[in-house]
Amino acid sequence: MSIKPPLSDNQTVILGKETPLKLDCGVTMEAINMAYCTYGELNADKTNAILVCHALTGDQFAASRQPVTGKNGWWEMMIGPGKVLDTDKYFIVCSNVLGGCMGTTGPSDIDPKTGKPYGLNFPIITIGDMVRAQAMLQDYLGIESWFSVIGGSMGGMQTLQWASAYPERVFSAIPIACAARHSAQNIAFHEVGRQAVMADPNWLGGDYYASDKKPTSGLAVARMAAHVTYLSEAALHRKFGRNLQDRENLTYGFDADFQVESYLRYQGINFVDRFDANSYLYITRAMDYFDLVEDHGGSLSKAYEKTKTRFCVVSFTSDWLFPTSENKDIVQALIAAAANVSFVEVETDKGHDAFLLDTPEMFKTIDGFLQSSAKSRGLIS
Amino acid sequence: MNDPIKFVPKRDIRVDWQLIAEMVEPGSRVLDVGCDDGQLLAHLTETKNVDGRGLELSQHGVNICVANGLSVVQGNADTDLVYYPDDSFDYAILSKTLQTTHQPHVVLEQLLRIGRRAIVSFPNFAYWRCRAYLALKGRMPMTNSLDIPWYETPNIHFCTLKDFTALCEKMDVKIEQSVIVKASGNVMTRSTYGSFANFFGADCIFMLSRKT
Repeated sequence: MSIKPPLSDNQTVILGKETPLKLDCGVTMEAINMAYCTYGELNADKTNAILVCHALTGDQFAASRQPVTGKNGWWEMMIGPGKVLDTDKYFIVCSNVLGGCMGTTGPSDIDPKTGKPYGLNFPIITIGDMVRAQAMLQDYLGIESWFSVIGGSMGGMQTLQWASAYPERVFSAIPIACAARHSAQNIAFHEVGRQAVMADPNWLGGDYYASDKKPTSGLAVARMAAHVTYLSEAALHRKFGRNLQDRENLTYGFDADFQVESYLRYQGINFVDRFDANSYLYITRAMDYFDLVEDHGGSLSKAYEKTKTRFCVVSFTSDWLFPTSENKDIVQALIAAAANVSFVEVETDKGHDAFLLDTPEMFKTIDGFLQSSAKSRGLIS
Repeated sequence: MNDPIKFVPKRDIRVDWQLIAEMVEPGSRVLDVGCDDGQLLAHLTETKNVDGRGLELSQHGVNICVANGLSVVQGNADTDLVYYPDDSFDYAILSKTLQTTHQPHVVLEQLLRIGRRAIVSFPNFAYWRCRAYLALKGRMPMTNSLDIPWYETPNIHFCTLKDFTALCEKMDVKIEQSVIVKASGNVMTRSTYGSFANFFGADCIFMLSRKT
């Protein structure tokens, strides 16, 4: 077996020139940039393509070096030759979401009407809009149906939306650690994050792009608060306990005495280098608005009536952001729709972030599901 | 992954599974309630080409099933069967799980709502060894197939063959087929399920359907 580097160049395509993107808010976008990475090769029948949907602060660099941070891709453990999303077998596509800040059109891009960055003039976008834009990319790539759509957290929401809005274009779907509607608690956490950004004097009503100062402190606080929700009490205790950071004694001040404080500050500071504050506002809003239940008259199973898509739902025992109960709501709706569904709750103390980490039970589950799906699609005998 | 987990069926498929498999029409839609690690589902998929789904309580069992490519969800027979639509399967199977449920009659009702037919297997508590054990030792019976002491067993609703057929009558359920199995695993009778079978039969398998 020859070892192909899983790296792909970041590509950008302009979509919607002929048929503009109609957003849920009523606004029409004439042309949008769509930035994406691909790994592996598309087969002749174009039946082996997998769409990877990234989470709130993810990007298209799922298995390649992130150009700003220089770090490895966020799902390099999953994507590559011989890995679960095997680039020797599958053609993996990962695109930056609409509203993002890594090349796909978002609030930091130039508004053609004004010649200046959109800022808060960027229209409010939804998970449905993100998926609609991805469907345009699917058309552009000439792929009739994805072999699979997969993603965790907000990526899971997109996966659910894909299977509901375009059932015939999704052969299998793997929503991980997500929900069919954003809970009040999660909206509350997002609101804390947004208020932190907007309280930063450098935010300037969202019009900070020309200024030398960016709302980095606000965004860092938003990230710190959010990051706590991605972990679990047990994981925080295991990692840090009450250990002190580079010191023997408490300082009786407000320095980062504790390791956990230092860790969170580091998470916050690192984040602001690679993420746009307005993108953070828009994308968290899109998650808040997500409600597939309401979209289908209060019955989630209606979202999947007569679906032929095969589903594999995965949740984590210590995830309190998207707890198993919310994932089970999805499973029960799929069962009621007579859909082909598998559901595994993975035992881990790593919290919501488990889907991004080395979680062997999740790897085995998804691997088994993909293999049987590949058989049923005739990709393997 | 380089080394996918291969499904390795146990050398001997459980006898009641073989007998259940004989009852299932090829190519049908099957729900296995309490499917454990998926051996029966895999067997039915391989030999009968069924479209199989499973419901299993134990995390461990579900994870093995899904890693082996079976469509199985984690759930409870007592509470989660309500989510399945009417008539969504040709067969709803409950193999040696009835006696572990909190409300066996409700579970049976659900099975017959979800499946056009229900296939149910269970150990016969009136089997003579059980009777003798209780009569002579004065202790809760423990046999080869019932080898867990009373305080640890998941089997909370034991019944006898006669109890089961009486319940079927009460629920107005039609018994389409019956197989009574000896402790050796050999079939004792397929034609009757009377007192003789109730005394000498160790395990029972019934295929049921709604009368109306």
